[in-house]
Amino acid sequence: MDEQVTLMIYRGDNVQGEMKEYKIPVAPGMVVLDAVHAVQATQAPDLAVRWNCKAGKCGSCGAEVNGRPRLLCMDRMDKYPAGEPIAVKPLKTFPVIKDLATNVSWNYDVNKKIPAFKMRDTKGEEPRFSQEEADRVQEFRKCIECFLCQNVCHVLREHDEKNTFGGPRFFVRTAGLEMHPLDDENRLDLLKDQMGLGYCNITKCCTEVCPESIAITDNAIIPLKERLVDQYYDPLRKLYRILFPAKKT
Amino acid sequence: MATVAARDTETSLGKTDRRDNWWAGPLATIIVLSGFGIYATFRAVYAQDYELGHGARVNQILPEHAYLLSPFFSPLILLPGMPAWFSPAFLILWAPGGFRLTCYYYRKAYYRAYFGDPPGCAVGEVKSGRYMGETGLFIFQNLHRFFLYVAILFILMLAVDVIHACLWPTTGGGITLGASVGTIVLAVNVVCLSLYTFSCHSLRHLVGGNIDCFSCVAFGQTRHKLWKGVSKLNKNHMLWAWCSLFTVGFADFYVWLVASQTIIDVRLF
Repeated sequence: MDEQVTLMIYRGDNVQGEMKEYKIPVAPGMVVLDAVHAVQATQAPDLAVRWNCKAGKCGSCGAEVNGRPRLLCMDRMDKYPAGEPIAVKPLKTFPVIKDLATNVSWNYDVNKKIPAFKMRDTKGEEPRFSQEEADRVQEFRKCIECFLCQNVCHVLREHDEKNTFGGPRFFVRTAGLEMHPLDDENRLDLLKDQMGLGYCNITKCCTEVCPESIAITDNAIIPLKERLVDQYYDPLRKLYRILFPAKKT
Repeated sequence: MATVAARDTETSLGKTDRRDNWWAGPLATIIVLSGFGIYATFRAVYAQDYELGHGARVNQILPEHAYLLSPFFSPLILLPGMPAWFSPAFLILWAPGGFRLTCYYYRKAYYRAYFGDPPGCAVGEVKSGRYMGETGLFIFQNLHRFFLYVAILFILMLAVDVIHACLWPTTGGGITLGASVGTIVLAVNVVCLSLYTFSCHSLRHLVGGNIDCFSCVAFGQTRHKLWKGVSKLNKNHMLWAWCSLFTVGFADFYVWLVASQTIIDVRLF
């Protein structure tokens, strides 16, 4: 194989690193993860890269290719202009463990804050819901937790609001629970006070990078924002709730 | 071999490794929105040549023509004792302006274009002080649904304007049905504004998005159908936002040209 491609790969840790240049032969159908593996196999056996399924379903191989958050295993080499080096860097929002492997454990800490599904009282009846109701929350179950949305969200990436903001991934998870027809838990206080939903200024970067094409902003974040408006900012709704208090189920 | 100290986490406006033209979208937004804002402000302050035809209330221009009213001035509110410098558009434009200002799509567009917050995805931005998002000054964005209520009323009033544009005076003093290019311009504008208004995220929430269990509430199936319908329109909310911005500006411009007798509004039938 004569055709070669130049990869510039970040080598280092969270304190210091460098962009190292590697040249590898290109094969038809190659993805960036294949190229990184070729480097690892032939030139840099100590290169750290996290991967697992190589099918875009495990969410392990997230990195930044030419500045754009991608799953390395789903990013075809032939879409990049021939002759130009391809830069591969670790996710910027999370601390680097080594090379392209980042420490995303902060996300799991956020996840623990979200109250789990709580079955509503069906008064002895068999709990049922329709396919139409299932369809809406089903979209959120597609998330593979690659954290590309967390990485690209400017509230985390640029403003580093990790103490006050949950991030799009966990708005998706919360939306899936809040909109579940059989769930009876109220997570609106959590969304407003601990997960900082109001910090999201809906710039839709999370939606743009989602490899599962989840409409994160339109179907999860904005509906949750509207529910917060119902609860906290709409005086007509408040008046309605005073006049017609909800019956306990 | 470039050494990148401390992981290159420092940021500044526009700093990115992206190689595509990420700046093109925000730049286009600035040009179009600023251009529209300047034009709308000029027309509001200018406050002339905004109506014509049979039944015009300010200037009796082309009385043999059906009534055409610019959408910037509709509904035409002329309060008694209103000073001459005070444009009736000032009583109108706050509502569609507020609707667009707080619109979920436009928020994305202008946060990126005017505030650079962020200018693009994975692009550096200016950090000044504590980040507040939509919890501080921008908490007013939560009023969007109230502007929606007013916007729906405006759609009805603009539809009435289209009906007026179909009613042509006859020489005998009666009224006959007809249409001109101006009628079509106003009608297309109402269609585009309706698509924009009825694809609104807040409307989507209000008609059914706030329900978790459609089979548990009154009119659940109807509300689910409404929610599905608005959701379908909502997928192209951005497209309707730009189309309607163009048509509303063009409708005003067309009425201006006809009312100032720069062009003739051709009657089709």
